[in-house]
Amino acid sequence: MMLDTPETPENAEDAPAEEHGDHGHHADEPSYLVYGKEKGFASFLKSWLITVDHKRIGIMYLISVLLFFAVAGFTAIYFRWELMTAAPDVMSGDTYNKAFTLHGGIMVFLVIIPLTPAALGNFVLPLMLGAKDVAFPKLNLASLYVYWAGAALLVYAVLGGGFDTGWTFYTPYSTTAQGPITWALLGAFTLGFSSIFTGLNFIVTIHKMRAPGMGFFRMPLMLWALYATALTQLLATPVLAITLLLVAMERIMGIGIFNPDLGGDPVLMQHFFWFYSHPAVYIMILPAFGIISELVAVHSRKRIFGYGAIALSSVSIALIGFLVWGHHMFVSGQSELSGVVFSFLTFFVAVPTAIKIFSWTGTMWGGSVRFNTPMLYTLSFLFLFLIGGLTGLFLSTMATDVHLHDTYFVVAHFHYVMASGAVISFLGGLHHWWPKMFGTMYNETLGKIGAIIIFLGFNLTFFPQFVAGSRGMPRRYHEYVSEFEGMQYMSSIGSFVLAFGLVFVLCYLLHALFKGKPAPDNPWGGVTLEWETATPPIEHNFHHTPVCVRGPYDFPEIDESLGNGHH
Amino acid sequence: MSGVPFGAVLDSVREGSFWMPPDASVTTQFVDPVFYYILGLTTFFFVAIVAVGAYFAIRYRKRSDADRTHPSAGSHTLEAVLAIIPSILMATIFWVGFRGYINLSVPPPDALEIRTVGQKWFWTFEYPNGMVMNTSVENAKLREEAGLETGLVVPIGQPVKLIGHSRDVLHSMFVPAFRIKKDVMPNRYTSIWFEATKTGTYDFFCTEYCGKDHSRMITKVIVKEQADYDAWLEEETKNSAKPKSGSELFAQGGCTACHSLAGVAGAGPALNGLFGRDEALADGTSVKADENYIRESIVNPTAKVVNGYAPVMPPFAGTFSDEELDTLVNYIKNQK
Ligand code: HEC
Ligand SMILES: [Cu+2]
Ligand SMILES: [Cu+2]
Repeated sequence: MMLDTPETPENAEDAPAEEHGDHGHHADEPSYLVYGKEKGFASFLKSWLITVDHKRIGIMYLISVLLFFAVAGFTAIYFRWELMTAAPDVMSGDTYNKAFTLHGGIMVFLVIIPLTPAALGNFVLPLMLGAKDVAFPKLNLASLYVYWAGAALLVYAVLGGGFDTGWTFYTPYSTTAQGPITWALLGAFTLGFSSIFTGLNFIVTIHKMRAPGMGFFRMPLMLWALYATALTQLLATPVLAITLLLVAMERIMGIGIFNPDLGGDPVLMQHFFWFYSHPAVYIMILPAFGIISELVAVHSRKRIFGYGAIALSSVSIALIGFLVWGHHMFVSGQSELSGVVFSFLTFFVAVPTAIKIFSWTGTMWGGSVRFNTPMLYTLSFLFLFLIGGLTGLFLSTMATDVHLHDTYFVVAHFHYVMASGAVISFLGGLHHWWPKMFGTMYNETLGKIGAIIIFLGFNLTFFPQFVAGSRGMPRRYHEYVSEFEGMQYMSSIGSFVLAFGLVFVLCYLLHALFKGKPAPDNPWGGVTLEWETATPPIEHNFHHTPVCVRGPYDFPEIDESLGNGHH
Repeated sequence: MSGVPFGAVLDSVREGSFWMPPDASVTTQFVDPVFYYILGLTTFFFVAIVAVGAYFAIRYRKRSDADRTHPSAGSHTLEAVLAIIPSILMATIFWVGFRGYINLSVPPPDALEIRTVGQKWFWTFEYPNGMVMNTSVENAKLREEAGLETGLVVPIGQPVKLIGHSRDVLHSMFVPAFRIKKDVMPNRYTSIWFEATKTGTYDFFCTEYCGKDHSRMITKVIVKEQADYDAWLEEETKNSAKPKSGSELFAQGGCTACHSLAGVAGAGPALNGLFGRDEALADGTSVKADENYIRESIVNPTAKVVNGYAPVMPPFAGTFSDEELDTLVNYIKNQK
């Protein structure tokens, strides 16, 4: 039999005594959100801007990233409006090209890559480890400033006329086209350092600062995922950096590396670019795997199904992810033999991914599933990511990729994987950790409505794009042959619904931030260490170093006497 | 904006199947069966996983009184089975995809070879007898007024190999109805092949982003019966032997995409009033725009780049014959 689980703030007070251990709840100590406030606004602002507190850095990342998400989102709405009809009517071809470049560039470099690791991850990683901070707090702050510097360069490039190379910067177009492309390249180059700093910090923190009693295999899966992500950030980002630098050098100094007119090779650029950008897909998706693992276990009140399989598959995905970049280039003129090898290796990434899907589904088996907002996002993620993953098979298979490459099928596929992966899981994680971050509860009913609107809007936006693509509509088309009008029209309507859903969520979250009911320390009955501290946490997280005495998913209501649990 | 009924969705899938465009080449047999094989497998797994997930979520929802005494937190046997079965299926997918790809890559030896040149933002097809079909928007318009079809015209039942090449940035040849695609590059040749099985007109798209008019870099493949094709080729060859006027050449070269003749700067400078002017160059020097300069600007545009413009004009060496270049230079010279 299961105990009734604490769910509302009231009965959460009855949660097991340890939840209120001597770590949190010292009324005399202010929370991380407000310390320094008493000295007046200017010095309070300064105390945020020069903070080395991982929680404050996480929140500042969160605000910056969401700001750029809004910009990229509005850009997308703007060109979806254009694409409602086949003829060009809302904007010129030039503007369209700049708009999709802006959307892609911002979403990849400024939003999805930092979204979960730098914003949510920064907040939860030390708390989950039972640590006071990350290993290198100043480096952490530096990464935020480097992020702002990179963002400023990109913004400068956009205000200086914009650029239309696509986020992929393929040569020789990117080395010959006009516009402030060099600034954009330097912006993306700079952002890479921010990503590397965060990755390095997380790896060292996880190795060195786990609470006593927390072996690697007692870590919450979120930490495994962030660890695998950090490895990828550290190993792949330098390749992007050097590639972008070479493109910039070709533009500025005319050094011939990628431009055939100067004796270079454009396909080489694609190899370099995808050597980073395929692993970058895992920088975007692995953190999502972490969030989903936490959410599905906590809200099903069940030990995760196949802990070891999930933990190790994250790391193996990260490693195999380095060997498959050529699957983006089956029709780019690379040799047939390379194509075959890359296709073959790509299927190896599919296997660990499939294992994860089975594990998450299996976790609900015999649990006690709560249909609250975080869980709705989890189920929504499973559904969308399943579609994204399965459609990936069409693209890793060489014969079908020839037909589907660079069509809307690819656009739909990577939105199902990356937008569902990063954004939907992030929203789930944000709702899950929201009470801990801000000390307030949001309105549960509105939360559920928001999750459902987003789910419907998402499918309406991107599913028709699969059909448009497999019927032959190329991507990055400003005007198109009229047979695709119906599908594009549906997709645009979907994007309006999706945007409405996101604004809706923003509204009730802002309301919760200022007017929400105070949250208890442990609203979901989680047993990982972040729930053992005060809400919101104090500056140093814990008064005493917490000790990890049980696995991350040993929920109190799991009745050991019945012999369940370990296999 | 308004007035796109959702019925248009149904209209749009009238031709071909729901998922696929019309099927008009033998090469579709290397792609479509693979597509449907994967579609079958993925649909099966999708439905199965969603059904199991929904069952668990509802059966074990918090307030249900389901039996929870033997929940599983993992089973090595189950995990192994769930890893091995997809692995085997994926191996089969890889294999059929590999076979299809090899077939798509190897053209039959007796294929008709047509050189396909991509440049911003149109395609040119060069037939073995030397006839050149230029598909720029302007040229297509002129030809339409003269009652001529523009596009890649091919005979039915004849293997055709397109040998692709680019004059500037990357482009990509794509014919959805034939399921073939390949990038074209400035520094090497790439190729695709097909053998049309149905007469008709099919889309030919550029699928590698190439700048401003990427979405206008489209033309048609027109499949004709052999006899019609032969007649067409003979007629076109005769036409192309006739000397062309300056405005025709200007349209054919796609010059209008970047140059106006009415004083409006585009990607390139307006060309009226050019002749005789002192032109400031990007390297700080200047040059008098005489016939030689104009000719050089066309054949080798990067030799002298006009100040304020990027060196994006593709070189037209080899595109025009000597007489044609004379006509073109003369034409530009006379644009006041
Ligand atoms: C992709 C755009 C593009 C196309 C297509 C193009 N040009 Fe240009 N052209 C330019 C640009 C940009 C310049 C200025 C930079 C330079 O000198 O290379 C230029 C320069 C010129 C000049 C020198 C103009 C001056 O003011 O000194 C001439 C003459 C010219 N082009 C003729 C042609 C002709 C004829 C064609 C067609 C056969 C053509 N161009 C096609 C972009 C283009
Ligand atoms: Cu990839
Ligand atoms: Cu193109």
